[in-house]
Amino acid sequence: MAHGIPRPVEDADSRPFWEGCREGVLRIQRCASCGRHVFYPRLLCPHCFSDQLSWVEASGAGRIHTYTVVHRAFGPFQADVPYVVALVDLDEGVRMMTRILGDRSSVRIGARVRVEFVEADEGLVLPYFRVMDEATAS
Amino acid sequence: MRRDRLAAIVGVAESELGETPHRTVLQLQAQAAKAALAEAGLEKGDVDALFCAGNWAWSTNLMLAEYLGITPRYTDTTNIGGSSFEAHVGHAVAGIQAGLFDVALICYGSTQRSQRLRGHVPPDAPLTEQFERPFGLPTPVGAYALAAMRHMHEYGTTSEQLAEIAVATRKWATLNDKAFMREPITIEDVLNSRLICEPLHLLDCCLVTDGGGAVVVVSERVAQRCRTRPVWVLGHGETHTHHTIANMPDLTTTGAAVSGRRAMEMAGVRHDEIDVVEIYDSFTITVLLTLEALGFCKPGEGGPFVSGQRTAPGGPFPMNTNGGGLSYCHPGMYGIFLLIEAVRQLRGECGSRQVPDARLALVHGTGGVLSSTATVILGRD
Repeated sequence: MAHGIPRPVEDADSRPFWEGCREGVLRIQRCASCGRHVFYPRLLCPHCFSDQLSWVEASGAGRIHTYTVVHRAFGPFQADVPYVVALVDLDEGVRMMTRILGDRSSVRIGARVRVEFVEADEGLVLPYFRVMDEATAS
Repeated sequence: MRRDRLAAIVGVAESELGETPHRTVLQLQAQAAKAALAEAGLEKGDVDALFCAGNWAWSTNLMLAEYLGITPRYTDTTNIGGSSFEAHVGHAVAGIQAGLFDVALICYGSTQRSQRLRGHVPPDAPLTEQFERPFGLPTPVGAYALAAMRHMHEYGTTSEQLAEIAVATRKWATLNDKAFMREPITIEDVLNSRLICEPLHLLDCCLVTDGGGAVVVVSERVAQRCRTRPVWVLGHGETHTHHTIANMPDLTTTGAAVSGRRAMEMAGVRHDEIDVVEIYDSFTITVLLTLEALGFCKPGEGGPFVSGQRTAPGGPFPMNTNGGGLSYCHPGMYGIFLLIEAVRQLRGECGSRQVPDARLALVHGTGGVLSSTATVILGRD
């Protein structure tokens, strides 16, 4: 566990998301007006400007859209190098930044991944992802 | 073909560059502002509009105007990162066209190198940054690495092709005695430099320097009485598409597709008419994505386009002729230096790095994490 990771300032938009992480649930928003999923959470739907957003539980499955292997890091992250930071497209159609756990050789663009909640710092649970086994990936 | 003289750039200057521990960020801007006004034959009292961007004060314009002793009747602190100054030119042109002012002073300065401002990890991640900062992506380099990896995946772009840009840019720097890094490098040097964020190596990344610059934009009426040969602003465009990299609509297409088209349409110029381009090169991938989005080549063809040192001195596509942010200087927000070099090229002042008979220039800034773009088309009589 690293120490000194920048702390999310939980706020009126984000609190249910971070509470979900601590409970082991990946929460995103869905717009009742246009039907699209929304991440990160906000007051108005960025697609149709409706305020009819509600929280839903995401499947936790997705696909790596792109990634980088970080070799030079600062502060609390220096101890982790090399590590993989990725953008993952959830099956619900939203994109989020995350870390990819596990064997680096499994990391490739397009790989199927599933969320795992990791206590990255004291009291800070982050949604990381791991590449699925070939057998279970779909 | 319509080529309206919207306004003129009549003064450009750099401050001391490189490593300036004996200077403050205000002194650097004062040096540049004085020199830029002086070459135009203008006085401080002629300035009626002030443009500045930076993160060294909560209101850059209030502090800088007071320090310089300027009381503007038009002020603009637009900060969209490194492209701010290309946007400032556009805003200055709009104000001049509207008759709001005649003489605009655009300033920038930074002492980031001497103050070692890079690499600090803040303790908190507020607002929309809370969904990215805790994951440890070094910014901005990590975001550009994510785009580079995606471009390689979609189009087969290689690290060698990205290295071509760094090598060609360094060749230009060898011709500029103000450049910070002037030792020639090879593609192998780039590939053998240490990885920062895959696929980007150290030599794919811009410098971290101190430095300041100033640009003076005036109405056609004022340009007539200036000492310098006017460089006309013929077109401009700007946009921004996202703040956090996860929200970039398409990781291989920048806002240059929008700002570039608008600037070129306003100027009424075609790609093959442009003699010299100054393109923001925070990273090699920034240039490659920008060339594609501006339409100098098709999406995915940026790699072949820059291969064979086509952008180097003597090549068919002179680009980043001062040595760029990769080799000349990069004090955090580099955009003002793109304008300075383009103006000097169009005035024919560039000595051994002069692009012969340069008449039309395209200047393109990129800010944030491929977030903002602003494009300016410049030309001489």
